[in-house]
Amino acid sequence: MIETQPSTNAPTNTSGRDIHFFLIDPEGIAMIWRRDIVRLWRQRSRLFGSIARALVWLFALGFGLRGSLGSIAGFSYEQFVFPGVIAMTIIFSALQSAISIVYDREFGFLKEVQVAPTPRSTLVIGKCLGGASSSTIQAIIVLIFAPFASVTLSPLNVLGAIVAMFVTALAISGLGVVIAMWITDFENFGTLQNFITLPLYMFSGAIFPTRSVPEWLHIILFLNPLSYGVNAIRGMLLGYEVASVPYDMIILILFTLVMLAIAIIMSRKEV
Amino acid sequence: MTIEIEKLTRSFGSLQAVKGIDLHVERGETFGFLGPNGAGKSTTIKMLCTLLRPTSGQARINGYDIERESAQVRHSIGIVFQDPTLDEYLTAEQNLYYHCMLYHTPREHRAERIHEVLQLVGLADRQKDLVKTFSGGMKRRLEVARGLLHDPQTLFLDEPTVGLDPQTRRSVWEYVLRLRESRGMTIFMTTHYMDEAEYCDRIAIMDHGHIVALDTPAALKHMVGQDVVRVTTSDAERAVAEAEHWLKKPVRRDGDAILAEGENGQSLAAGLIRQLTLADIDVRDVNVTAPTLEDVFVHLTGRAIRDEGAGSTERMGARLRSRGRLRR
Repeated sequence: MIETQPSTNAPTNTSGRDIHFFLIDPEGIAMIWRRDIVRLWRQRSRLFGSIARALVWLFALGFGLRGSLGSIAGFSYEQFVFPGVIAMTIIFSALQSAISIVYDREFGFLKEVQVAPTPRSTLVIGKCLGGASSSTIQAIIVLIFAPFASVTLSPLNVLGAIVAMFVTALAISGLGVVIAMWITDFENFGTLQNFITLPLYMFSGAIFPTRSVPEWLHIILFLNPLSYGVNAIRGMLLGYEVASVPYDMIILILFTLVMLAIAIIMSRKEV
Repeated sequence: MTIEIEKLTRSFGSLQAVKGIDLHVERGETFGFLGPNGAGKSTTIKMLCTLLRPTSGQARINGYDIERESAQVRHSIGIVFQDPTLDEYLTAEQNLYYHCMLYHTPREHRAERIHEVLQLVGLADRQKDLVKTFSGGMKRRLEVARGLLHDPQTLFLDEPTVGLDPQTRRSVWEYVLRLRESRGMTIFMTTHYMDEAEYCDRIAIMDHGHIVALDTPAALKHMVGQDVVRVTTSDAERAVAEAEHWLKKPVRRDGDAILAEGENGQSLAAGLIRQLTLADIDVRDVNVTAPTLEDVFVHLTGRAIRDEGAGSTERMGARLRSRGRLRR
């Protein structure tokens, strides 16, 4: 029984060193990540919902507008919009997943993490990775529908696209975690979809080419992290403006790091 | 010594919530921490659990300083919160396994530990079930199990039974008391139920940021007065005379009844019945009242603890949550 069990984790052993001095706790991060993946599977209706949404957009936009729009740099509109639909899947699910911190705060689970001997960065990094992974999984499922949009997949561009998708998802999840640290009330959670998710998606070049847009829109596109994600994914899948892909990736990674830093600083103020 | 608190204070702006408290809790003690809302209880507990930094003063938990050795403090304590903190979409086992990951329990011991704590709280057969399907009492017991998982030396229970029905409260207590017996663990708890405070070895009552009383439940009750025996008879006038003669001190009269005070209410009642019966006075009714911790609480704080419970909105939130009305 319990009394005879040697003290497996007495505070005197090495794991009891003051963990707040360690910036990163890989096992704690793995726990947050794993929980997100398990929950993605448990809440399958959410998964199906996000894939269905992507397909509706693909068929409505891709085939609805195909007739009225000419080719864009040699691609038909449904080919052009397909990477945009993938980006949409990422932004919707990555934001939702990262902002679930607000629910965890409301329903108490966050406390369990806050009182554990693990640094503040655990939750922030874990949620960012969890949100990125679960939204990448959903984006990969949408990727299977590429033939419907006449996008031909080769092993190389699939691999490249997955990397681009994951890096995009990291950036968006990072943004989501910052938002979650910022909003304390989950009542205004719904407005978020309308004021952040939708504008970020619409003004990202996901559904229109960015070459010939007015100047004001250029500024928005320049500031919108999703623009870089859309470019990178489109470059990988279609070979469209592929030269800018490394630049996009660097911007996304830098953005992610900045978001993580902000989120960690913000989370210190909690409790 | 498990908990040593010296001159601990905490201010929020100009408001001083905790005004320099001193407290020592021995190893193996079950210690009750009571007080009305806003007394500084939660602030104190948050400081002890290293969630909040003290403004001044110091405290050591299991030998570790709460400010300089917070990670060791966190490893050495288990916490069961008033509000649920389980993930209902996970199984009992998953909730516990994730706790092991956060507390870095060695991998090879995890399965065994999980099984042990589940057995301890009587949930071994529900290991693979989703927490969503658990009753309120089962969830509470699972939280206690999780608090014990990393083998803490001290267990903090913050309102462990709030919002549970009396039967479930009793079953949660059975498991907590079994824990005390079998492991000699130090338990530091807050509660609003005075009958539960009786389980404690010692009680501290906090009010307006100070500790206003600190003693065993019996000694605290003694503080507010003695037992009162109320005897209703056929002839109150003669009964008063007989009782005063026998007790050699004045007794009060209240209609048909006489009221006598004494250390031990039961034996005093037995004696009075015998004396009155011998004097041929018919005893119709006997009633013994002992002072309760509730009386102590009112005496010290001027408020009844029940009125002060969790705020009604808080409780509503907890109820909605426990019913799963607010869905994620």
